[in-house]
Amino acid sequence: MAIIEGEPLALPSGTPDDRPNPLGVFARPHNATGFKDWLTTVDHKKIGIMYGAAAMFFLILGGVSALLIRIQLATPNNTFLSADAYNQVFTMHGTIMVFLVVMPIGAAFANFLMPLQVGARDVAFPRINAFSFWVFLFGGLMLNTSWFLGGGADGGWFNYAPNNGIAYSPSSGIDFWNIGLLIAGIGSLTGAINLITTVLNMRAPGMSFMKMPVFVWMTLVTQFLLLFAIPVLTVAQVLLMLDRQFDSNFFNVEQGADPLLWQHLFWIFGHPEVYLMILPAFGIVSEIIPTFSRKPIFGYPFMVFSGVAIGFMGWGVWAHHMFVSGLGPLSVSAFSVATMFIAVPTGVKILNWLATMWGGKLTLNTAMLFSIGLVTQFTIGGLSGVSHAIAPSDTQQTDTYYIVAHFHYVLFGGALFGFVAGMYFWWPKAFGYKLGEKLGKWNFWGMVIGFNLTFGPMHILGLQGMPRRMQTYDDAMGLNLWNFVASVGSFILGVATLLVLVNAYLSSRKWKAAGRPDVGPDPWDGRTIEWSIQSPAPNHNFDVDPVVTSLDDFWHRKYAEDESGKIRRVATGAQLAQPGNGEGVHLPASSYWPIVLAASFPIIGYGIMFTLWLTIPGGLLLVLGLYGWSLEPADDLDLPHDHDDHADLAGVGASHD
Amino acid sequence: MTDVTVDQVVDHHDDHGGGHASSLGLSNMKLAFWLFLGSECLLFGALISSYLLSKTRFITEIIAGNPNVVSTMPAELIQEFQEKGSVEPMFDIPFTSLSSFVLLMSSLSMVLAHSAIVKGDQRNTRLWLGTTAMLGSIFIGGQIYEFTAFYREGLTFTNNLFGSAFFTLTGFHGIHVTGGIIMLLSLLFLSFQGKLNSSRAETVELVGLYWHFVDVVWVLIFTIVYLIP
Repeated sequence: MAIIEGEPLALPSGTPDDRPNPLGVFARPHNATGFKDWLTTVDHKKIGIMYGAAAMFFLILGGVSALLIRIQLATPNNTFLSADAYNQVFTMHGTIMVFLVVMPIGAAFANFLMPLQVGARDVAFPRINAFSFWVFLFGGLMLNTSWFLGGGADGGWFNYAPNNGIAYSPSSGIDFWNIGLLIAGIGSLTGAINLITTVLNMRAPGMSFMKMPVFVWMTLVTQFLLLFAIPVLTVAQVLLMLDRQFDSNFFNVEQGADPLLWQHLFWIFGHPEVYLMILPAFGIVSEIIPTFSRKPIFGYPFMVFSGVAIGFMGWGVWAHHMFVSGLGPLSVSAFSVATMFIAVPTGVKILNWLATMWGGKLTLNTAMLFSIGLVTQFTIGGLSGVSHAIAPSDTQQTDTYYIVAHFHYVLFGGALFGFVAGMYFWWPKAFGYKLGEKLGKWNFWGMVIGFNLTFGPMHILGLQGMPRRMQTYDDAMGLNLWNFVASVGSFILGVATLLVLVNAYLSSRKWKAAGRPDVGPDPWDGRTIEWSIQSPAPNHNFDVDPVVTSLDDFWHRKYAEDESGKIRRVATGAQLAQPGNGEGVHLPASSYWPIVLAASFPIIGYGIMFTLWLTIPGGLLLVLGLYGWSLEPADDLDLPHDHDDHADLAGVGASHD
Repeated sequence: MTDVTVDQVVDHHDDHGGGHASSLGLSNMKLAFWLFLGSECLLFGALISSYLLSKTRFITEIIAGNPNVVSTMPAELIQEFQEKGSVEPMFDIPFTSLSSFVLLMSSLSMVLAHSAIVKGDQRNTRLWLGTTAMLGSIFIGGQIYEFTAFYREGLTFTNNLFGSAFFTLTGFHGIHVTGGIIMLLSLLFLSFQGKLNSSRAETVELVGLYWHFVDVVWVLIFTIVYLIP
């Protein structure tokens, strides 16, 4: 945006001020580099990468806790972990994997990719975007400090009442769980508002809703789910916090409280949560499968509307988690039917991916293999899911390893496989080099074998009646064989999953040793407009506003029909790509305030848990952060920039937040 | 920037989304604010549901004479609850109606503040922003008075389910009103500094949106908590 001296840019932020440091506090960091750049950046691509890196860190924590569980269960009557430690380990495993791994990887892709796919300069509110990340990271780290401060939460990842009360769980573990996730939830909420606004309001000229890539659609649905699901979890957790820290009675059974309140609130959040973990992965494979089948996605409108249908119907199935809680036959029947029904749009998606591959020229590289892995394994998980919809059958299966097998097939075999596919696919766009294919194949086959060895046998264990969350089992129960197989599988899976990071490291080293060769803007002959810019994506994304005329716009610019009706290439991606000249583009400047504001929350959190005095400095920092943020100049006036050729585009990123 | 023409200046200020015509023709800020309010609906929805459930359980236990619950409040109050089969005897409906009326009137003054800033009328903007903040403060004052009165009569945050649920729901709303008052006072402050001109009318509009939302939530809470037995 052209900056006009003496005129307000925005409110409350953004009063132009000729002093370099308007409040005598923080000026915008100028051309920060290195560490400081990462701490203050508002660039959606860097924030996306940080989300991914943080998720990888938490994946290692969650993975180690998973392996501890499997060591404990490898042999009967094992004493590797005490019952108490075991409770903490499986609770933290579930919590970390759901809230600090799968959700942030989804956020990583949404942040990095969605603005590129809609042709925007950045997200609608770049500073809020940075804030969302930091507050998520601080919440996650605070949650994990429980390991050193008296032990982790021990009530299972959904921490049912009244078991989550002081009486049954007197350690601070559940407080860390509760307050850490409350804090991370703030980040999810602001992130959702930001990303929805970006999708709805900042699409490139010509990109109508039905020309958006499927991934953008799935991001939109996911963020709407977050927007409405997070406040319900927030209420549940605030009530729990009031009970545990301030002696209220919401889950106090002695006072006649109904512990089912927690279950309802948790699952009204929790079921949309399940869909918001899987839908981004669905979006990712919906981009990869057409690219490597060399065919457009089969039934694009069905793909979109089935995603939207899942988003709506996801709100009407929460009580299928509660079939054995005594809801009564009418509720059980209604939720049972609704749950069977939601399998329909999911089935539509599976069919469409298969039909996209059908008759296509398949390229079976790592990204494609992982996508096919998702389709296959998610189908298995989906089928066991439908078997839970049948309430009498669910009554048998609930709280057994059959459930554990089911949700790992959809969330690991589904969501995480999709995310790894996405990493292989978009790695060149983020970092400028491809991940090695050879190690990639090892990575894929190792994960497929390890995954199915680990979780396949759990179906059998569950049907044999092995309850989940059981610390150990007796020799004579007949559970030895499959538990041992699962434990062996889990180590194969662990090593194979680490190969993602090993591959990233080795490929980067090889690329640097070769003198950083240019991977080209369009290494996969891609279909969507993020491939029409250089790799790695330049800071300013697009030199000029891309104008979109069709779905898979970039592909249509590369290929056209000749006279005989055959489709021929008319240009290469490299010929069409924008050169990456950002001269004159004005980008939103970095800021200290997002990280400062985010840092106030864990201080308040610790204060609520240990001593209320600590909430005073935390609260002061919060107020300071809010006013500092509001009064910070919207943009950096001192940065040199020429006549703004890109005025109508550049303004997008400079929006006040 | 010396070559920015007056036309461009006007142009840039017409679309406050940040200088770029937005896809929906709605500014980013306004869209984001509506999304935030949508999320708030679920927050209050969950709180109101929790209140209704807790209050119903409380009354059920009172009528059944559960000693754990009956012993939490003065006997004469419990007796009235049992006779009426509801918590209605707790409330002073005329008093709360009056403070509700005050809060609803503040929505009117908020609209007048917005209409004044659109016209660039600084004096009336300040007058009505100040009035809105004052009416909001009177409401909060009434709430504090009510809370103290309940506390003296024997209803506290910790003694039973009804107390926890009542103070949490109305307290959450009170915090929202307080946040609104702080925003209004910040606007008033900016206005006195001469930084609140009509190009920033949208900010006043957004604070107004929030204020009206909080009012509408109170209409719901007043009906559900106080009026419906």
